[in-house]
Amino acid sequence: MTTSTLPGTDPAPPLLRVRDLAMTFPGRRRSSPVRAVDGVGFDLAAGETLGLVGESGCGKSTTGRMIVRLLEPTAGTVEYDGRSIAHLSQRAMKPLRRDIQMVFQDPHSSLNPRQSVARIIADPLLVQGAGAEEARKRAVELMELVGLIPEHADRRPHEFSGGQAQRIGIARALATGPRLVVADEPVSALDVSVQAQIVNLMERLQDELGLAYLFIAHDLSVVKRVCDRVAVMYLGRIVEIGAKDRVYDAPAHPYTRALLSAVPLPDPAAERARERITLLGDPPSPAAPPPGCTFHPRCPKAQAVCRTEAPALRSLAPGEPREVACHFPEQD
Amino acid sequence: MADTAPLLTVRDLSVTFPTPRGPVRAVDSLSFDVPHGRTLGIVGESGSGKSVTSLAVMGLHTGADVTGSVALDGRELVGLPDQELNRLRGRRMAMIFQDPLSSLHPYYTVGEQIAEHHRVHFGTRRAAARARAIEALAEVGIPEPRRRVGEYPHQFSGGMRQRVMIAMALVCEPDLLIADEPTTALDVTVQAQILDLLARLQQERRLSVVMITHDLGVVARVAHEVLVMYGGRAAEQAPVDALFAAPAHPYTRGLLDSLPRLDDPDDVPLRAIPGSPPSLLDPAPGCAFAPRCARAAAGSAEERARCTAERPALGGPEGHTAACHFAAFPAFPAYEGVAP
Repeated sequence: MTTSTLPGTDPAPPLLRVRDLAMTFPGRRRSSPVRAVDGVGFDLAAGETLGLVGESGCGKSTTGRMIVRLLEPTAGTVEYDGRSIAHLSQRAMKPLRRDIQMVFQDPHSSLNPRQSVARIIADPLLVQGAGAEEARKRAVELMELVGLIPEHADRRPHEFSGGQAQRIGIARALATGPRLVVADEPVSALDVSVQAQIVNLMERLQDELGLAYLFIAHDLSVVKRVCDRVAVMYLGRIVEIGAKDRVYDAPAHPYTRALLSAVPLPDPAAERARERITLLGDPPSPAAPPPGCTFHPRCPKAQAVCRTEAPALRSLAPGEPREVACHFPEQD
Repeated sequence: MADTAPLLTVRDLSVTFPTPRGPVRAVDSLSFDVPHGRTLGIVGESGSGKSVTSLAVMGLHTGADVTGSVALDGRELVGLPDQELNRLRGRRMAMIFQDPLSSLHPYYTVGEQIAEHHRVHFGTRRAAARARAIEALAEVGIPEPRRRVGEYPHQFSGGMRQRVMIAMALVCEPDLLIADEPTTALDVTVQAQILDLLARLQQERRLSVVMITHDLGVVARVAHEVLVMYGGRAAEQAPVDALFAAPAHPYTRGLLDSLPRLDDPDDVPLRAIPGSPPSLLDPAPGCAFAPRCARAAAGSAEERARCTAERPALGGPEGHTAACHFAAFPAFPAYEGVAP
C-alpha cells in the first residue's frame, strides 16, 4: 500500500481532494443550526486507505455522506479525479456513481428484505443500464469474489448471518467496479469473531482491485489495522491527520492522546501497567460549540488562548506531513 | 456464613424459552461464583446466552423455564415468589443496562426515580429520600446534584444518564451489581469514565460485580475472573490473567487472535474465525464450536467425529476450566497468585 502520499511529493493529483468541506443542518423550530462538519479537508490517493475516526456526533459519517453525495455540502469542495462533484445534480452525478460507492454499518437494514441477493447485488448495474441477464451473471461472480456461495443467489437477506449480509453489501458496492469506497462503520455491527473476516476481505479486495477506502469508524484498533493514514475528528473538524504510525505512535493532539489511552487493551497486564488520560465531561453538542478550540473545556492542557482562538490545522515541522490543530501540541 | 464464601453461587443454571419452533435452551448448565468485592466478566457474542444469564439471576426472565440454583449469600433465588424477589431486587442486587434512556422513565425526574427505590425498600419519607438521591448523584460524579436532581432523563447526556442508572442501582447499597454492556452505547472517552467510576464504587463498597460484555478489552480492564460463553454454555472459566495469557479453549484463543490490537507492533493479517455464531434453534449434538474450530479441523477423523458427536464437559486444573475434548492448558505460573 502507498506511503508516498506526502503533500508536495506526489506528482499525480489525488483520487479524492476535499477542501473546507462544511455541512450545516438547519435547526428545528427555535433551535440553532447544527454545524455537523466545519471545514474538513484531506486528500486520498488511489489505492490508499484513509481512516476517519472520532466519537459520535463528530461529523465523520456526514463527511462520508457528502463525498458519495448522499448529502450536498453547504460549503467547500470535493474533487474526484480532478473533477468537482460537490454540487453536481443527481443526474450529472449518476455516471460517477460507478466510481464512488458506499458500504453501510448495519448490513441487514441496508439490504431490501424482499429482493434476492443476486438482485440486490445487481441493482447498481441495472441502474447504470446493464441488461438483466448480464447483471445477474456479474452478481453471481461478485458473490464468489466476496466469499459467498453462488448457489445462494436466490435467497433473501434474512437467510444470511450478519457477516454474510455485510459481504452482500460489499459485493453490491463493488458491482460497478468503483475506485473509491466509503465504508461507514463496516464492521461495528458485527460479532467480534466475524469482524476479522470482513476486515481481511476488505484488505484482500483492496489489493486485488486497487480500491481506495475512506474507512469511517469509531474503533481505533480496527482503523489502525486497515489504514495507511488517519484523520481524527472532533466536533466537525479534523484535529489531527497523518500517517498511521505517526498518529498512533506519537499522537500530537491532546484529544488523540486521550482517545488512544481510553481504548481498553485485551491484555490485563498491559491494562494495569498503562497510564490513562481520562477526559472530563462529554463531547459538546455541535449545536452549541464552545468558543476558541472546541476541545478546550475537556483539554488537560488548555490555556487562555485556547478559550478564544481556534487553532489552525498545521504541520509541526517543515516537511512533516502530519498536521495538528492545537496551540500546544505534544512534541516528540 | 464466613465472609470468604462467595456472595453469588450459580449451579447448573439452565434457561429454556418455549418458541413456536420448539423449546430453545438459551443457557445450558452454567455454574459460577462471584466472591465479595470481585468482578466476574461474562464474555460472549450475540446469542451466547450472556444476557439471559443475568436476567435469570435477577429473576427477570419472563416466560422462561429456569432450572438449577442461584444463591445470593446462601439464599436460593430460583423458585422464589415475585414478592420476595422484589424485596431483594434493588436492595441486595441491582442491574444496569446498555441503553440508559430506555431504562429510565421519561416522565419522572431522575431524583424521583432514584428516591423511589429508597422509599420502597426503606420506607423513607419523601424529603429524606430526595436528600439521599442528591447524595447518590454526587457519589456518581454528577456535577451540581442539587439542581440536576429535578431534571428529566432527556436533559442528560448518554454518559450522565448511565451515571444516573448507576446512582439508582446503588442507592440502596446492594451487594451485587449486574452490568449488562453498560458502556457499549457510549463513546470510548466516556466509557473510560464509567469504568473508572465503577471501579471506585466497587472499592469503596466491596461491591460484587458481574460485567457482561462482548469487549475483551473491557474484560481485561475490569474483571478478576472471566467466564467465556458460546452457544449458551460455558466455553472457558479462568482468572483474568490466565485467560488472556494462556487461553485453553480454541474459541477463546481464536477470539484473542482475531482481534486487531492497538499495541500490536506489526500488521500481521488477522486470524479470523470462519463461520458465524450458532443458532440456538437447532443446537448441534456435539461441541457448539466444532463447525468453526481450528483444533477440530486439524484433528484426525476420529477426533473430529468426537467433537461433532459428543458434548465436551468443563474440565481442567484448579480454577481454570474449559469445555473442550482437546483443551490445552499451557503452563501458567500465576494460577496460585491470582485467586482471591
